[in-house]
Amino acid sequence: MIEFFRKQAYLIDFTMSSLLRRKGKNFGLLLVYTLIVFMLASVMLFSHSLRKEAGIILQQSPEIIVQRLVAGRHALIPAEYIQKMGRLRGVTSKKGRLWGYFYNPVVKANYTVMAPDHLDLSTTEVIIGAGIARTIGLGIGDYFTMRSNNDTFSFQVKDIIERNSELVTTDLVLISPKAYRVITGIPEGQFTDIVLSVRNPREVRKVAEKLVQKLPDIRPVLREEILRTYDSIFAWRQGIVFVLLIGALLAFVIFAWDKASGLSAEEKREIGILKAVGWESADILHMKFWEGIIISLSAFMLGYLAAYLHVFYSSAVLFESVLKGWATLYPQFKLVPFIDGLQIATLFFFTIFPYVVATIIPIWKASVTDPDAIMR
Amino acid sequence: MLISLSDINKVFNQGKHNEFHAIRDISLHIEAGKVTCLKGSSGSGKTTLLSMIGCLSRPTSGRITLENKILSGLPERFLTDIRRHTFGFIFQKFNLLQGLSVLENVMLPAYPLGLNHKDLKASAQKLISHFGLDRVMNNPVEWLSGGESQRVAICRALINDPQILIADEPTANLDTRLSQEFMGLLDELRKTGKTILITSHDPIVFNSPVVDRIVEMQDGQIMES
Repeated sequence: MIEFFRKQAYLIDFTMSSLLRRKGKNFGLLLVYTLIVFMLASVMLFSHSLRKEAGIILQQSPEIIVQRLVAGRHALIPAEYIQKMGRLRGVTSKKGRLWGYFYNPVVKANYTVMAPDHLDLSTTEVIIGAGIARTIGLGIGDYFTMRSNNDTFSFQVKDIIERNSELVTTDLVLISPKAYRVITGIPEGQFTDIVLSVRNPREVRKVAEKLVQKLPDIRPVLREEILRTYDSIFAWRQGIVFVLLIGALLAFVIFAWDKASGLSAEEKREIGILKAVGWESADILHMKFWEGIIISLSAFMLGYLAAYLHVFYSSAVLFESVLKGWATLYPQFKLVPFIDGLQIATLFFFTIFPYVVATIIPIWKASVTDPDAIMR
Repeated sequence: MLISLSDINKVFNQGKHNEFHAIRDISLHIEAGKVTCLKGSSGSGKTTLLSMIGCLSRPTSGRITLENKILSGLPERFLTDIRRHTFGFIFQKFNLLQGLSVLENVMLPAYPLGLNHKDLKASAQKLISHFGLDRVMNNPVEWLSGGESQRVAICRALINDPQILIADEPTANLDTRLSQEFMGLLDELRKTGKTILITSHDPIVFNSPVVDRIVEMQDGQIMES
C-alpha cells in the first residue's frame, strides 16, 4: 500500500515539474479556467445569497395578505371586511394596510409608499429607504417632497431605514396613515389590503380557503407564494447571466479541448520515452490524471475564492446591475455569506470532470501504442 | 544462453499496400555477460530487432524467450514489468527529458516502483558520481555536452539495476574520443556482469575489443554471426 502512495507522490512530483516546464501555456490555461469558474461561481453565489436574503427578510412579513378584487383587478378593501371575516381559528391578528407606489419623474424612480400604524410618525414626517436617500442626496432632517393631485407635499426625513434590509427596503417610503390618505385620496374606512398573522404555518392554507368561502370577492396571497416568486425571479436572472456566459464557456471549452486533446509532438515523444524506460500505460494515465486534477482543482479553488471575495466583500460589482434588478435605486448592502454544498458540487462537477476526461482520453490513445517509436 | 529468438518476423503495415518486412526469419541466441553487437547499415533491421528483444514491440511471428520465459505474446503490462526490471536502454539521441535535472532524469525509470525517495535519490546520486557527473547533477539536461548527456543516459539505464543493457547506435552522436570513452564505460559494465546488446555501424564500436560477438545484418536478415 505504501508503495502505491509513494508512486502517486512521484507521479504528482513529476506532473508538477512537467507543468512548470511549460509555464506559459499552463499558466495561460489556469488563468482562463480560473476566470470561467470565477464568473460562474460569482453568479451562483450571488443569486443564491440574494434569494436567501430576500427569504429571510420576507419571513417577517405577514402569513396572508387579503386583497379585494373588482372585475378581476385589485381594488381598495373596506374596513368592515375585517369584521366580516369573523373569528378564524389560528389567526392571531387582522390589520388593514395602506400602501402603494409613487413615481418620481425627476429621478425616474418608483417608490413603494407604506403607511404603517405602529410607527410614531407625525403627518409631516417620513422615513425613507437608503436607496432613495442616496439617489436624491437626503439626510435626516432634510425635506422629502411628493407631488400628488396637483398638490406638493413636503415631509421631514425622520430616519433612514437600516442597511441590513436594503435589498427589499431600498425604495421604501414610510409615512403616517393620515398623510397617506391625504396624498392618495383614499377615504377613511378603506385600506389597500388586509394582513393576517397565522400562528401555525400548517394552518395558513386552511385559513385562506375559509376566507375565500366567506368572502368570494377577495384573493388571499400567501407569504410562501411571494417567496416562491422571489425565488423564480432571481433564478430567472441567474439564467440570463448564464446565457450571457455561454459564449465565454464555449471559448473555454474549445481552448481546453485544444490544449488537452492536441498532444504536441514533444508530449508524444515524452510518453514514448517514459514507456521505453519502464512506465506502464496506467502510470502515464495516472500522471495525466494528476495533471488534469492539479490544473482544474487549482482553477476551481482560485476561481471560487475570488468569486466569494467578489460577491461577499465587493457586493458583486460585476453583476449587480443585472442580478439585483433595480432600475435606478440600486441597493447597497453586503450579503451575508451563504454557501450551498449542492451548488459547490454542481460547479465542481461541471468544471473539473469534463476537463479531466478531456485530458485523459487523448493520452490514453497515445499511451497504449508500442513505445518503439522512440527508437527511431 | 540468456535470450533466444526463433523464426522472428516483423512486418509493418501488414495487409496494406505499403506492407514492409523489416525482419525475416531470424533465429539467434544471445549469451549472458557478453557484449553482442548488431552490425549493419541503416535500414538493415537492427533497431527493429533490438526493440523486440527489449520488449518495446512485439514480433509479427516467432518466439522470443528470456531465460526460458516466453516474452513474445505477453500482454503489455507484463512486458512493461519485464522491461522495467530486466532491460536498461541507451538511445541514439539519448532521449533525456528536457527541462528536468540530471538527477530527475536518472530517477525517472524508478518512479512507478514507488521506492523510498531517500534510497532512490541515494542510488541515483551514487550512479551520477560514479560516472563523474556530480558537478552537473542539478543542472537541466539541455545544458549538458554530448558526452555528459550520454553518461546521464547510461545512469538512467542502470537505475533499476537491469540485467541487460540495450544501446541503440550509442556513438552516432559522439566524436571519436567520446566514442572510445563510451566503449571504456561498456567494458566497465561488462566486468560487473551485465549483458550488453548494442547496434552500430560505427567501426569504433564493432572493432573494439570490448565487443565479444558481432551479428551482421542486412535487409532484415542475419548475414553472419
